[in-house]
Amino acid sequence: MSVQAPTAPAPVRRRGDVVFASLARGAGITILVALAGVAIFLTLESVPAITASPEEIGGDNILVYVWPLLFGTLLAAALALLIATPLSIGLALVISHYAPRRLAKPIGYLIDLLAAVPSVVYGLWGIGFLGPRVYDAYGWLADNLGWLPFFEGPPNGRSILTASIVLAIMALPIITAICREIFAQTPTLHQEAALALGATRWEMIRMTVFPYGRSGMVSAVMLGLGRALGETMAVAMVLSATGVVTFNLISSVNPSTIAANIALKFPEATGVDVNVLIFSGLVLFVVTFGVNFLGRAIAARGAVKEER
Amino acid sequence: MTTTETEMADYRATLPIVRPQLPRWAPWLVLGASLAVGALLMLLVGFGPFGAAVVAGLVYFFALPAWSRVVEGPRKSTDRLMSAMIWSAFIIAMIPLVTLVWTVLKNGLPAISVEFFTASMFSVVGEGGGIYHAIMGTFIVTLWATVISVPVGVMAAIYLVEYGRKKPLAKVITFLVDVMTGIPSIVAGLFAFALFVIIFGPGIRMGFGGSLALSVLMIPIVVRSTEEMLKLVPDELREASYALGVPKWRTITKVVLPTAMAGILTGVMLAVARVAGETAPLLIIAGDTDGTNFNAFADRMATLPVFIYYSYTQPGIPPEFGRERAWGAALVLIAIVMGLNLLARAVGRYFAPKTGR
Repeated sequence: MSVQAPTAPAPVRRRGDVVFASLARGAGITILVALAGVAIFLTLESVPAITASPEEIGGDNILVYVWPLLFGTLLAAALALLIATPLSIGLALVISHYAPRRLAKPIGYLIDLLAAVPSVVYGLWGIGFLGPRVYDAYGWLADNLGWLPFFEGPPNGRSILTASIVLAIMALPIITAICREIFAQTPTLHQEAALALGATRWEMIRMTVFPYGRSGMVSAVMLGLGRALGETMAVAMVLSATGVVTFNLISSVNPSTIAANIALKFPEATGVDVNVLIFSGLVLFVVTFGVNFLGRAIAARGAVKEER
Repeated sequence: MTTTETEMADYRATLPIVRPQLPRWAPWLVLGASLAVGALLMLLVGFGPFGAAVVAGLVYFFALPAWSRVVEGPRKSTDRLMSAMIWSAFIIAMIPLVTLVWTVLKNGLPAISVEFFTASMFSVVGEGGGIYHAIMGTFIVTLWATVISVPVGVMAAIYLVEYGRKKPLAKVITFLVDVMTGIPSIVAGLFAFALFVIIFGPGIRMGFGGSLALSVLMIPIVVRSTEEMLKLVPDELREASYALGVPKWRTITKVVLPTAMAGILTGVMLAVARVAGETAPLLIIAGDTDGTNFNAFADRMATLPVFIYYSYTQPGIPPEFGRERAWGAALVLIAIVMGLNLLARAVGRYFAPKTGR
């Protein structure tokens, strides 16, 4: 695979080669430095928040400040994935197995367009279109399923469930993109063998496509989770947040998310408040880094298995 | 011929050669019937279009598998149910795309005028004003981000493909670039802010900081796409060049890069389209202002996404003019981003190296 200059006589080290090679390596190392820089500078700037006295932050310990935000972030992301995962797998199957070949490509384009819409426009759409329309559905949920803690109400269009729906739409394209690639790689012989034994299309998919793509699907969901955790503007615009810890999904009293909280408070923040927000950003960075790390690690392990 | 023989023949004729199947048009018939049920509910009971669609879907989900179960058996019935559910995933996913484009067009078109593109918001209260300053800001910030990201990203990809194969450093970089694609945009903004605060002191805002934050998001995309493109360049080309005694770096710059250029360009344009719509980092480090600022290295700089955010959440009094400008700017932003996307794909397809002969 790798191509090297023929080395039979003593290799000539040309100056151009040396310079170019070190430039390329330098660029690669720059990326590592940048990533390390993100962690280092965020840590440096959040030190004042950690060492600050409780009065300066507003009465409480910094962890007490961050916890409801972290809870909201995880809740919104989990709900979003609950909605997005089945839809994405269905969509990926449409593109890889169900749609006629001529339609599959345009459908893929449409999904990519969904990924191209800027998040602030999703925010506008969430407030201007989705919010008012889900209000009735929430009312129905509150009336009929109000005995569940999730649907206590009173219904409000700018609830965490609305934010999660928007997040789900934003996580959908990335999960779909990865799943459809994995599904398309399923060995044709496995699929044909299943069909030849008399399996229906769904049985074929369950017996060959899903087992083959399991690690890919898991990593796709992890990456979607990473996207949903860090998404800022849509949540900042849609959610009416009060910073409480609650499982009531459809009311106007909601936990905020870390990213949305930063976006809302940062422009007006001064002094140690800035450091507190940067600290919460560091927490978000660590969480998303962990999730993405895990997702990529699972994907890489799956890829190694394939090669053998 | 005896009666028993004819009876046997009749019986044999009734035995199916293949398992009974629903006719090909059965799903369409059931679909039509379910839509009719939905429409009836809409007309008679006063369901909304959304409720009617849900009911129609449920009727379809129930009726077709039930019919299939009677005629074809349970396995085929499950298959039909799953097909219906998988296709409905597609329909559900299209709802946000269609309604989003429709809402933005409906609310944004009234705002579009010549003034909207040529005026800034400088000392505008109420009606009028435009997004000239925001468009310029987005252009400048994105340009600087591209200037930073493309050399670093392309060179890093060259290292990974041409120099680093099987080296541990290259493996680490590849993995971390993948992880880096998942960095939340707001964290990138905080990074740029934290860095600049240490250099310039607290409360710093400048357009270039936004560029730096955007390049953190952009570099991994450029690296990934360039890497893919360089891998597609056939090794024969490189070997032919080496055989002629061309040094490796000349081979890369004169043979490998030109061959992969179309793909690299596509990747860069897609990356630009991706970061041009980013709001959160610019909200933090570039800020917002009403006037036009051409200097990326001093003072606040308005950008389209941030303009949309502030125009909608702080529309001023009366609110309708600010809201209208927000929708108009959203329409412009979507047009720019989707246009870049389509252009990128067209470039990729049009200039792609011809494979085979």
